[in-house]
Amino acid sequence: MSTNVDTIRDLAEREYKWGFITDIEEERVPKGLNEDIIRLISAKKGEPQFMLDWRLKAYRHWASLEKAAAEPKWANVKYPPINYQDITYYSAPKQKPKLENLDELDPEILRTYEKLGIPLQEQKMLAGVAVDAVFDSVSVATTFKSKLAAMGIVFCSFSEAVRNHPDLVEKYLGSVVPYTDNFFATLNSAVFSDGSFVYVPKGVRCPLELSTYFRINAAETGQFERTLIIADEGAYVSYLEGCTAPIRDENQLHAAVVELIALDNAQIKYSTVQNWYPGDKQGKGGIYNFVTKRGSCRGVNSKISWTQVETGSAITWKYPSCILQGDNSVGEFYSVALTNNYQQADTGTKMIHIGKNTRSTIVSKGISAGHGQNTYRGQVKILKGATGARNYTQCDSLLIGDRCGAHTFPYIDVRNSSARMEHEASTSKIGEDQMFYLRQRGLTTEDAVSMIVNGFCKRVFRELPMEFAVEAQKLLSVSLEGSVG
Amino acid sequence: MSLLEIKNLHVSVDHHEILKGIDLVVNAGEVHSIMGPNGSGKSTLAQVLARREAYAVTDGQILFQGKDLLAMKPEEAACEGIFLAFQYPVEIPGIGNAYFLRSALNAIRKYHGQDEMDAMDFLPLFREKLKLLDMDEKLMNRSVNESFSGGEKKRNEILQMSILQPKLAILDETDSGLDIDALKIVAKGVNAMRSPDHAMIVVTHYQRLLNEIVPDFVHVLANGRIVRSGGPELALELEAKGYAELETVPA
Repeated sequence: MSTNVDTIRDLAEREYKWGFITDIEEERVPKGLNEDIIRLISAKKGEPQFMLDWRLKAYRHWASLEKAAAEPKWANVKYPPINYQDITYYSAPKQKPKLENLDELDPEILRTYEKLGIPLQEQKMLAGVAVDAVFDSVSVATTFKSKLAAMGIVFCSFSEAVRNHPDLVEKYLGSVVPYTDNFFATLNSAVFSDGSFVYVPKGVRCPLELSTYFRINAAETGQFERTLIIADEGAYVSYLEGCTAPIRDENQLHAAVVELIALDNAQIKYSTVQNWYPGDKQGKGGIYNFVTKRGSCRGVNSKISWTQVETGSAITWKYPSCILQGDNSVGEFYSVALTNNYQQADTGTKMIHIGKNTRSTIVSKGISAGHGQNTYRGQVKILKGATGARNYTQCDSLLIGDRCGAHTFPYIDVRNSSARMEHEASTSKIGEDQMFYLRQRGLTTEDAVSMIVNGFCKRVFRELPMEFAVEAQKLLSVSLEGSVG
Repeated sequence: MSLLEIKNLHVSVDHHEILKGIDLVVNAGEVHSIMGPNGSGKSTLAQVLARREAYAVTDGQILFQGKDLLAMKPEEAACEGIFLAFQYPVEIPGIGNAYFLRSALNAIRKYHGQDEMDAMDFLPLFREKLKLLDMDEKLMNRSVNESFSGGEKKRNEILQMSILQPKLAILDETDSGLDIDALKIVAKGVNAMRSPDHAMIVVTHYQRLLNEIVPDFVHVLANGRIVRSGGPELALELEAKGYAELETVPA
């Protein structure tokens, strides 16, 4: 806990400060979606045949879903119908296709990342973090690549992985989230433009935090990135992602897919600080964040841990999940989701226990303020063969003000009588007595709220890497600005 | 100029008048005790001085160092130097005691244009006060008042007071729920702060606290009014006679 009260106040007095637009030349494909667009995207990226075939299969499946109006409607969120033909599916900053070093990067893009506090020059980097920067649809720079390559670690943009490691991509792509998985994942499979790829070889512990920073810049485009992380036997990797977008009046669609694969004795730690533009105080604009994230603990004793801090987006629809296939494998989900003004979030996780002695932990902290609607939706499924499986779920909601809502939908499905399940849930309001106590000690209303909320989220923040934890606390304070009179 | 000047204070809660014209002057360095039966308005007075918003001031004036206290928010009053030791201290889950206290100290320092104190400078001060109040260092990283015993919570209030060094400390029944040993420790903490710069208002039912913290003045509050004022001997008289007799005597 080293948050500086000053910094919080400075930040709190600003509106969404990541909302600027970068003026660069961009290359985009025409609006709308059809097979020609898919072929065009694939051709632009110089993809091998298997990739194009996969995209086309996905597209055809998606077209049939759209015809059948199979867009998921079960989530506790409301939004007007999306016109999928009115979206640009590919936009890239105009530049040389492959960068040998950062000096060749458009200085405007470099400045954008500096403004966001993500310096890409390696000498300025925080020690121990390698960054892949995705600007609109395209990865523009990856740092520390050579250092990692020396250990056999592949950390690059998805496009590069398709070109340079097609065997790995073909083997694992869609093996956790198949292209038929759900409407948005299928759409992503057809049109995904870039994203990050990580492969950590057998027995290697990745010494750096790997980080991808996603930025939507162009108007009327969707962002569809795809991340694939493979930790081979005995490998370990910690991966962080951050996201921001400019302030725009229209809603923008972000439909990403993340697949994680942990083989025997491997560990993947995946942290997200999601701060897409949430829309204005009246609920105008903002990102639709419809994301499919899933990890497969394929090997024995493997472990996948998801930590997310969701403060942005007009609508969040996201369930980072674990398939616990290997015996003794472990799945974890730690989440803070905040909805202020007119934001809506329907988020949670699925823990599917298949292997013996598999364990899962779910800690969800939902904060609702303003007119925000916050839903936790979680599924814990213990299959027949999962002897000795255990789950612990803790699900807490905090309400600020009297116009917001908190909703909880836990689904528990147990088919093996040896399973042990624990579920704890609570809903609380920030009490007048807590506020008065803190203010009587000299803290302003805003600092008092931020302190109570940070205390509420502590269990989750503890799971974040250090720099991210501080960032996440500041972000919460900013996002809560104006939530109390 | 007096530190605190209360003039003809009338306060209502839910249209029910609790304080019916209080006049009180507290000078720097003085310790005043306010005694009285249940429901006489003692806690209401303490809460109004700390600027709790649920209380409606219908008439009168309060000056703190010559400034209009009733125009201040709770955090402004706190930064100006008013501290309330709560009768029922509140739990703040997930926030470490040391972190909370340093944030409070820095909020006040900042208000006065002073530099913030970093963790390295704060720690020795915190340890010294823990020792004074015979408190365990483990409390440092425990959440504020969470899983504290009743006595620990009260001691924690005095710990906070010792670190924040307010100009006027109001102790709202700090003695309730304390055994005699804890009472002596609390009194030690309070007495350590007595000086010409610090004034205190000690709200209590019982004489026993006043054996440990000897006041300069004792006031008896009954039915929303101060019915008698005197020196420390008045507390002894009350102990002997009870409140019933006093309530009938005109102020």
